[in-house]
Amino acid sequence: MALILVLIALGSVAFHLLSPWWWTPIASNWGTIDTTLVITFWITGIVFTGIVLFVAYCVYRFRHRPGQQAAYEPESRRLEGWLTAVTALGVAAMLAPGLIVWGQFVRVPADAREVEIVAQQWRWSFRLPGADGRLGAADIRHVADDNPLGLDPQDAAARDDVVIDGDDLHLPLGRPVKVLMRSLDVVHNFYVPEFRAKMDMIPGMVTYVWFTPTRTGTFEALCNEVCGVNHYAMRGRVVVDPEPAYRSWLDRQKTFAQFAGAAGPRRHVSAEP
Amino acid sequence: MADAHLGTADRLPGAIEEGELYHPRSWITRYVFSQDAKIIAIQYSSTALAIGLVALVLSWLIRLQLGFPGLVSFIGPSEYYQYITMHGMIMVVYLLTALFLGGFGNYLIPLMLGARDMVFPYVNMLSYWIYLLAVLVLVASFFVPGGPTGAGWTLYPPQAILAGTPGRDWGIVLMLVSLILFIIGFTMGGVNYVVTVLQARAPGMTLMRMPLTIWGIFTATVLALLAFPALFVGALMMLLDRLIGTSFFMPAIIEAGQRLRHGGGSPILFQHLFWFFGHPEVYIVALPAFGIVSDLISTHARKNIFGYRMMVWAIVAIGALSFVVWAHHMYVSGMNPYFGFFFATTTLIIAIPTAIKVYNWVLTLWRGDIHLTVPMLFAIGFIVTFLNGGLTGLFLGNVVVDVPLSDTMFVVAHFHMVMGVAPILVIFGGIYHWYPKVTGRMLDERLGKLHFWVTFLGAYLIFFPMHYLGLLGVPRRYFEIEGLSFVPASVSGLNAFISVVAFVVGAAQIAFLVNLVHSLRHGAPAGPNPWRATTLEWQTPETPPAHGNWGASLPVVYRWPYDYSVPGADRDFVPQNQPGLTRAGAPA
Repeated sequence: MALILVLIALGSVAFHLLSPWWWTPIASNWGTIDTTLVITFWITGIVFTGIVLFVAYCVYRFRHRPGQQAAYEPESRRLEGWLTAVTALGVAAMLAPGLIVWGQFVRVPADAREVEIVAQQWRWSFRLPGADGRLGAADIRHVADDNPLGLDPQDAAARDDVVIDGDDLHLPLGRPVKVLMRSLDVVHNFYVPEFRAKMDMIPGMVTYVWFTPTRTGTFEALCNEVCGVNHYAMRGRVVVDPEPAYRSWLDRQKTFAQFAGAAGPRRHVSAEP
Repeated sequence: MADAHLGTADRLPGAIEEGELYHPRSWITRYVFSQDAKIIAIQYSSTALAIGLVALVLSWLIRLQLGFPGLVSFIGPSEYYQYITMHGMIMVVYLLTALFLGGFGNYLIPLMLGARDMVFPYVNMLSYWIYLLAVLVLVASFFVPGGPTGAGWTLYPPQAILAGTPGRDWGIVLMLVSLILFIIGFTMGGVNYVVTVLQARAPGMTLMRMPLTIWGIFTATVLALLAFPALFVGALMMLLDRLIGTSFFMPAIIEAGQRLRHGGGSPILFQHLFWFFGHPEVYIVALPAFGIVSDLISTHARKNIFGYRMMVWAIVAIGALSFVVWAHHMYVSGMNPYFGFFFATTTLIIAIPTAIKVYNWVLTLWRGDIHLTVPMLFAIGFIVTFLNGGLTGLFLGNVVVDVPLSDTMFVVAHFHMVMGVAPILVIFGGIYHWYPKVTGRMLDERLGKLHFWVTFLGAYLIFFPMHYLGLLGVPRRYFEIEGLSFVPASVSGLNAFISVVAFVVGAAQIAFLVNLVHSLRHGAPAGPNPWRATTLEWQTPETPPAHGNWGASLPVVYRWPYDYSVPGADRDFVPQNQPGLTRAGAPA
């Protein structure tokens, strides 16, 4: 027993150090999340190894032998006090950096550009602000064949918005983005492992998350909140471009006004009251 | 015999008046519609283990798909989602909760406290039969058109009741009805456990002389009585949304191009209700395990549990804190992100009393006289897996660290380790420990050791590497991960390995079942107290204990439950009902 416990402790550490499975190379500003995670690995790893080895020692050293009698020691205030204090210190050492980073996570930089992601079973659509630099109003009541995201046709700010339906999202390198999230049907979650940040998308409300892409490339996006039978197949892609490439991509995209015009006469989805 | 008359003799000052016990009149009322808590406990346990076998088979099917995708043709995405949903719900509610509270609770509360039975035996009987009905309704969902619900055990609306989710027509309705029944049945039992602990203890059994098993079960029951109502209303509201078109959890929705007749509801409200139940639920399962494992360690290390009073307060503190941490399941749910500061802090604070419990178990081993019996092996297995799962909880509880890990295989690995493997090891340890009292015979030790080693090492091999899949970014609840560009090919090898180990661990449970059945007739006779334990259930006049438990007169308690290896005593244990000197230093 004692030997196997030692093997478990050392084997777990060895697996941690040697296994090929580790996080994806980061592609956003959230390296601080990775740092907090590493701090947590250190503290918890030391505690785990220490306690399992201690148990192994006890099991070996105090195994039953004829004539042996256990010590009688109901409690020790001093020892319990010390252990509590050390534990509290360890917890604080993980919690404090965690909360500091969370403080950054919830405060969106003022210069972040807005991008919208809209989810429905089982695909993603995207919307970028038009020339006016802001996203117009949208509501599920406006959703129609030629208006998949339900933009408000009366809102001038919405008419110049760029709508991307059935294609990849592009983001400029090095610019903070605030991603606004909506869902038309059930709860989804937009998850790009390399960005670390993610958030659920809830029908009936708008959620948000922010990050700064720090590496160009094409990244896989997947749904990370169970959303029905094709949940596992709800995937998309995000392409991070240098600014010039991003600009030329953006210029090729259709605005809501063009999109609606190209789709022929407006037809409302049959709406029940 | 079973109709033992209740003693009126030897009443101590302050002792409660004994009431007349219910007496069974026929075989049916003795063994089927029994009001004896011991029979009800066996009924609860057998039913829970039976439905647990269904969950075990489902876990095999899940691992079959994950380890060897496409190998069998009958597992499609719909079936996969139905398997994971039913596996999760069965394990958490119908097995773990029912077995710890309905099984261990019913058997041990009266016996360990020196009571004749639960205080409301008739309601106690009803509790079991309603639980059985809930299980049958749940099982029925496998046989209705469309099959059981595939919404995930968390049942998040709107998807749980929309057409894109399997089992939308019948499965989800039966699931919600079954949960409602379960909660009704549980409440009947739960009220019983609480009142029995508070009112029916033997003379001298003060609260601070109760074994930690009882403290764990008692606190867990209080939590359950406070937490299950949240699930009850959540289930009822979702049932109304599904059946008569209300919109408690349903905002305006477009499904497959159609505007639904819903509007104005809040999906996130359900999540709050669910987790207001769901987090205390973790401790409803964990606290009885904490209590039982404390008694196993103390008995088999022949040493008092270290820091008894601290252990009691830790149980109570964890129980109280468990009601203010629920939203750590919702860090990326879209709730106001400022909640994160509060819930991360409360969640990490709960680590402190939990760590104290781990230290005290380990310090109980220190300078003990450790007998590596089968129950002790399971108890040590629990310490390792619980420690591992508890520490990974510090990742997920620390809001910002949770962001990349939430809904990945890291979470799956974490909660299986901490509230799957760890409590189940305690259940096994508890069964090996108390089976001799229940049946009068010992379980076979060699089969028990085989069962332990395969289960413990196998479970560790399954769930430890799984954390690293989550760290890599492999999401949970994926029917297949084919084609994910960031997942290296080596992952399929690891998945196949995990699956093979899971098949072996599952098969090892056959050794356990064979042992349970075979030892009933052929086990070595146990005698009244094979482990030389101090607590009252081992001091009954008959083994197995008769109806009424104590023969003519109730036991009288003179000491705390952990007088092992008391210096100067003639044996290395002093039963709680043995009069004599109390050692200085022992809690009164």
